[in-house]
Amino acid sequence: MFPELGHYALVLALLVALVQATLPLAGARRGDAGWMALAGPAALAQFGLIGFAFATLIQAAIVSDFSVLNVVQNSHSTKPLLYKIAGVWGNHEGSMVLWVTILAAFGAAVAAFGRSLPLPLKARVLAVQAMIGTGFLLFILATSDPFQRVDPAPLDGNDLNPLLQDPGLALHPPFLYLGYVGFSMAFSFAIAALIEGRVDPAWARWVRPWTLAAWTCLTLGIALGSWWAYYTLGWGGWWFWDPVENASLMPWLAGTALLHSAIVVEKRDALKSWTLLLAILAFSLSLIGTFLVRSGVLSSVHAFAVDPARGVFILGLLTVVIGGSLVLYGVRAPALKTGGLFAPVSREGALVLNNLLLATATATVLIGTLYPLFLDVLGAGKVSVGPPFFNATFVPLMVPLVTAMVVGPLLTWKRADLAGVLGRLATVAALAALAVLAACWYHGDGPVMALVGVALAAWAFFGAWVEWAERIGLFRVPLAISVRRAAGLPSAAWGMTLAHAGLGIAIAGMTGSAFWVSERIQVAHPGDTVEIAGYHLTFREVEPVAGPNYDARRATFVVTRDGRDVGLLTPEQRHYTVTGMPVSHAAIHTTGTADLYLALSDDDGAGGWTIRLYHHPLVPWLWLGCAVMVLGGLVSLGDRRLRIGAPAVRRRPAAAAAALAVFGSDGR
Amino acid sequence: MSRGLFLAPALLFAALVAYFAAGLTRDPHLVPSALIDKPVPVFTLPPLPGLGVGLDSAALATGEPQVLTVFASWCAPCRAEQPVLRHLAGTGVTVRGLNYKDRPEDAVAWLDQFGNPFKSIGADRQGRVALDFGVYGVPETFIIDGRGRIRYKHVGPLAPEDLEQTVMPLIQKLR
Repeated sequence: MFPELGHYALVLALLVALVQATLPLAGARRGDAGWMALAGPAALAQFGLIGFAFATLIQAAIVSDFSVLNVVQNSHSTKPLLYKIAGVWGNHEGSMVLWVTILAAFGAAVAAFGRSLPLPLKARVLAVQAMIGTGFLLFILATSDPFQRVDPAPLDGNDLNPLLQDPGLALHPPFLYLGYVGFSMAFSFAIAALIEGRVDPAWARWVRPWTLAAWTCLTLGIALGSWWAYYTLGWGGWWFWDPVENASLMPWLAGTALLHSAIVVEKRDALKSWTLLLAILAFSLSLIGTFLVRSGVLSSVHAFAVDPARGVFILGLLTVVIGGSLVLYGVRAPALKTGGLFAPVSREGALVLNNLLLATATATVLIGTLYPLFLDVLGAGKVSVGPPFFNATFVPLMVPLVTAMVVGPLLTWKRADLAGVLGRLATVAALAALAVLAACWYHGDGPVMALVGVALAAWAFFGAWVEWAERIGLFRVPLAISVRRAAGLPSAAWGMTLAHAGLGIAIAGMTGSAFWVSERIQVAHPGDTVEIAGYHLTFREVEPVAGPNYDARRATFVVTRDGRDVGLLTPEQRHYTVTGMPVSHAAIHTTGTADLYLALSDDDGAGGWTIRLYHHPLVPWLWLGCAVMVLGGLVSLGDRRLRIGAPAVRRRPAAAAAALAVFGSDGR
Repeated sequence: MSRGLFLAPALLFAALVAYFAAGLTRDPHLVPSALIDKPVPVFTLPPLPGLGVGLDSAALATGEPQVLTVFASWCAPCRAEQPVLRHLAGTGVTVRGLNYKDRPEDAVAWLDQFGNPFKSIGADRQGRVALDFGVYGVPETFIIDGRGRIRYKHVGPLAPEDLEQTVMPLIQKLR
């Protein structure tokens, strides 16, 4: 009965979304407060209904209701509970329901927490949210019903792809979708602003928390996916430039650009139409990603089951949502008043450079991802794409971006003294040079690109902290005052320092994994000792173990370094009984600066086992760096400014102006 | 700024939609190749370290139909395809591999992990031979008849259905 109720709730949600998409919009136009006020309760009701539908789907998976087709196809009674739940979004239909649930949750959050928003803006934002919701609810109900029944019900299900039965991948889609769908808020605010014809610093302040939340979740989602690839693929690869990975990277790049350009709108009332365009693009790229993954126009290992009817539907939806918003932009954006002027060398100038590089990088990834399709349609053939293309185009764009990232925050608004700033960066340059020397000393000679990577990582990391030290006057004023200033820094400033430093840490990890991996691939017999990077691994035994829904052979290796015991490594070769798929489960020992990575392959029939042993220097920093970036996003979300709405400025002009002056004086 | 500039994103998007729409009308796995029914390009490639003798065009014209798969260790879909190729090789079909723009040691490690269905492999480090084959993404699979002519090209990973519905029937026919 629950699946039917869930289905019914989705239909009701569609009706509510239709009301929410139309009446508040008309109300905002006519100035009818009653119609506008409808948006809030409608958004809450929509969330309640879709949330209920999602809950019924989870319930069916938990109790293993094999009369529901979706559960049959993706679950099995012996599957652990976590993966029964995660299996709900491990397939096309269920993941679409997760998608609309998150969309409705964001709408409900605006309805519940957006009290300081002016009523017409709130009504328009929620109406635009509901339009997107309408499209996707129609899509689910028309082409992707997750509640379909089977009769007679089979005794058990087909199980979920074993590769997806993993904690990293269980959490990866929800965070990824929180990011994708979170950009719908920036999109809705942009469309509402275009309809109203007004963008001002208050608008930028309202949009910021939503963009920041989406960016933070997307960063975490991408990192989780990458981490999963690292420890499941068996040799420590973490990024493959696969179309589906690119589909998540493009909104991230556009969203990062948006976060930065919105600062210019907020502080200087400039770059308005560009910021609106970025807000539209960040979400549009999320939608295009959805289309690419589900329509079958590109082949990818991650792709969901392909159905041309779905492709046509999503393409129609894309055309209406993206095409409509870009046409609206083309018509209304030229009328926006342009704001403050600035010299090329200024904080604004640096942020424009950041935006140009990020936008170019986004376009590069888009072209690289789509060009098999372009060539196919044009009937031409002779080129190839893959990591070689992206390494040759994407990396050269990131080098100037990271270089400028350190200079930008030190520049003043409007017009800056570049020579003076570069002088203050001497410390950072010296520290980066030291890092390169240290890398040379430690690794003998690295390839040039490895040293460039180390230099960039150190430059970004120390640059972030030098800017922070400047801000609190470290070593220039007494320490007690510096500490007090640090405690008084706005959260947004802390957030920036952390996010920039985190990127530096992550770049070090990327460099290590790209250039300094050492590996041993060989046949080992119990009793053998294998040596890598100063570690000695003694192969003790292989024993059979039984998992909940798999059988495995587990090898035990005793790890020592310089005669001291380091621990045990127990890689497994798992065989999932229902799907019959073998999955290698690598064992990783991390020291914080390097990973010892051991994977078990087949036996040679004579008591020997093929093992693959890797030493991945600096790779743990990749995950640490992503975590620090996410922390930066979270800290920045706590900023007071995001909670002080502009209506407060109108009500208490003197106090708020004083507050703004205080915040303005910190140079942000 | 001129008004037209603001409409540029919408126009670019319209072009993109046209491509997407055209893309939807085709199956990405069924890209026609200009080389269908032509002899394979003439080439000689070295082997991967420790894996046989390499590959040349003569080895693709032995009187028996064969399958040639372009793969790389950095290619995620290839990984999904590997069990299918192993199954295909198990039915007695000769499967050969073209290792595309890969570091040999990566390729060997990868084959070690996911199994090696290939009777012989040519290491195409620069991608020159693949270029002659008109490859523009990995994996791609060619079916070559006994006289060394390309008869069919499949883009993307082979699924078990592809084996049953296209690859095996065509090989039966070519025999």
